[in-house]
Amino acid sequence: MKIPTGAVVDPATSLENETGTWRAQVPVYLHEKCTGCRLCEWYCPDNCVVGEGKHFEPDLRYCKGCGICAQVCPVKDIIMQAEAR
Amino acid sequence: MSRFELMEGSKAIAEAVALCRPHVISAYPITPQTHIVEYLAKKVADGETQADFSTVESEMAAASYVLGASAAGARTYTASSSQGILLMSEVLYNLAGMRLPAVITCANRAVSAPLNIWNDHQDSMAVRDAGLIQLYARDAQEAADLHIQAFRISEDSRVELPVMVCVDGYLITHAFEPVELPEQAEVDAFLPPRQTDRKLDPRHPLTFGAFADQAYYMETRFQLHQAVLRSRSVIEEVGADFTKAFGREYGKHVEAYRADDAAALFVGMGSMMGTVEDAVDELRAQGKKVGSLRLRTYRPFPADQICALIKENQKVGVLDKSISMGAGGILASEVRSALHAGSMRTPVTGFIVGLGGRDVTAETISRLLQRLEGPPADAVFVDLKPDLLGDLAETWKSTWETVATTQRS
Repeated sequence: MKIPTGAVVDPATSLENETGTWRAQVPVYLHEKCTGCRLCEWYCPDNCVVGEGKHFEPDLRYCKGCGICAQVCPVKDIIMQAEAR
Repeated sequence: MSRFELMEGSKAIAEAVALCRPHVISAYPITPQTHIVEYLAKKVADGETQADFSTVESEMAAASYVLGASAAGARTYTASSSQGILLMSEVLYNLAGMRLPAVITCANRAVSAPLNIWNDHQDSMAVRDAGLIQLYARDAQEAADLHIQAFRISEDSRVELPVMVCVDGYLITHAFEPVELPEQAEVDAFLPPRQTDRKLDPRHPLTFGAFADQAYYMETRFQLHQAVLRSRSVIEEVGADFTKAFGREYGKHVEAYRADDAAALFVGMGSMMGTVEDAVDELRAQGKKVGSLRLRTYRPFPADQICALIKENQKVGVLDKSISMGAGGILASEVRSALHAGSMRTPVTGFIVGLGGRDVTAETISRLLQRLEGPPADAVFVDLKPDLLGDLAETWKSTWETVATTQRS
């Protein structure tokens, strides 16, 4: 890819930038007590939590492991674990 | 036909900017820039100039407003001074990094603390590394002319960079001088409407100011450095076209005055160089071989032209109206660096002059010529008052008086 003038680029380049490599901790969605409140989806600063009904998952290509989803989950159905590399 | 009349420098700048038909003007008032934007605000309010004039809450907002408008394809203008330029600095880096054209007047003023509203160059020098083109005007006429050239340079498809036109606060902005202003039709012929395909448009979205990590960032900075370097030939071309259209001489980055056979040369920027040229004439009349070089273009830095105009057997005194604290005169160090890169051993003395509006007179210059007879030195503060310096008085005298004494003995 050639960098255009002023690095002014087409939209959606964040899809190419897989920030999952930044992660030190990984959220684990337990799928035991989910009420389908969608707080994990709404609070995710990377917009990488996807799902419907009572089943959500982070897209680990982009999830930076910030832990906000685990923090806001009202039923503690998401836990953070050390990233295994 | 063009108009020739006596006017304040600020008015000459405002009239020149209005003749360039900017779409968007945004500014926050600060001394000594205020008159420029007041004149422009009045012209817009009176319906003489068709532009969106936006008063905003700060200089950072003014520069941001201009950035957004420029990204949308508009011709844009803002102006500030001192603290205002510093408050803009974050946005100036963004304008340059996104390669967005804009013309910015810096009505040069000292920086706080202590508070001082008078002229020096510390404000514009503080943003010299942003990726701006910087031009320094000698007088009101040149200030007006450079603004008209600045829009064309800034918007040229080979450049696309913000241009800062630096004009000395009060000495240019508030002085009344005869100025010749061109007619609207002449400016229209010289400066075509801005054209760009790279702009904000909801039908063809683009990302301005994208994220660039270790994999991309260095390349973007190399590209910006090259863009500023390459603007050189466009500044020359636009200056030559301006000369053809309006008769006044432009196109050189460095103006030499009686420099060819000079034994001593003063190098500097801005309005004080008019005083230096007068001093050169007086000193020549006394049989002293002295000349001067004035940088009109400071960024891109015209290193090779400086080398071509300075000879190895000359003594050079660089006049800095700003200082990099703990290092010395900024222009002096860049001139030294240019000479060194050109394998020249010309001795250079760095003089710090005129900070916070202290006068630089022809008499000052004649004393500096005496000082040049001594060994070269860095950051020689000119015309300090020893009684105000306390314990440092002796330190100052050693950089100034000892050499003069050495010379006498």
